[in-house]
Amino acid sequence: MADTATDSAPVSEPLDLVRLLLDEVVFVKLRGDRELKGKLHAYDSHCNLVLGEVEETIYVVVDEDGDEEIKASRTCPHHQPVLTNPQNGTNRPSVESRKCCDSVVLISPHIPT
Amino acid sequence: MENGSVNQGEGKDPSTFLSDLIGNAVLVKLNSGVIYKGELQSVDGYMNIALEKTDEYVNGAKRRSYGDAFVRGNNVMYIAAD
Repeated sequence: MADTATDSAPVSEPLDLVRLLLDEVVFVKLRGDRELKGKLHAYDSHCNLVLGEVEETIYVVVDEDGDEEIKASRTCPHHQPVLTNPQNGTNRPSVESRKCCDSVVLISPHIPT
Repeated sequence: MENGSVNQGEGKDPSTFLSDLIGNAVLVKLNSGVIYKGELQSVDGYMNIALEKTDEYVNGAKRRSYGDAFVRGNNVMYIAAD
């Protein structure tokens, strides 16, 4: 199982794709017809994400055909969380939004059209 | 019935099946019913997936395209060769 020659391995792991997206604006699809667009500051192996300047979009079905959807959009100042700063132990307000990993469905570099 | 070492003809380990699919066109169905079709870049033990040139289909209709896409493994129902 030990893979010594990493350069010969054709498979990088999927999270490598996420690593390449650090400091880029990413599109994140979440459960419950929600999406986030924001700059990826950090992530972990669970797909917990730290995003900056986030815009959250929630899709709502308005008629029973299921075709028509309107989107409600909001940006992070309206639901701005407080992140703990591990350096000094204080809580400081941040423009960043920490997202629970369980909701993440898809992460993509491109803002889809 | 015993596992493993016995050769089962074409029978393969699921992860072998998946690594054989790398670089090929795949269809990924999520538990939500959403389907992604694209080229499989990589998979890991959690079934996290990286896809290239991906199209998203919701209720059979094409919804979006992604150049690259990371899909978190817990959402995956199956991965099929396309």
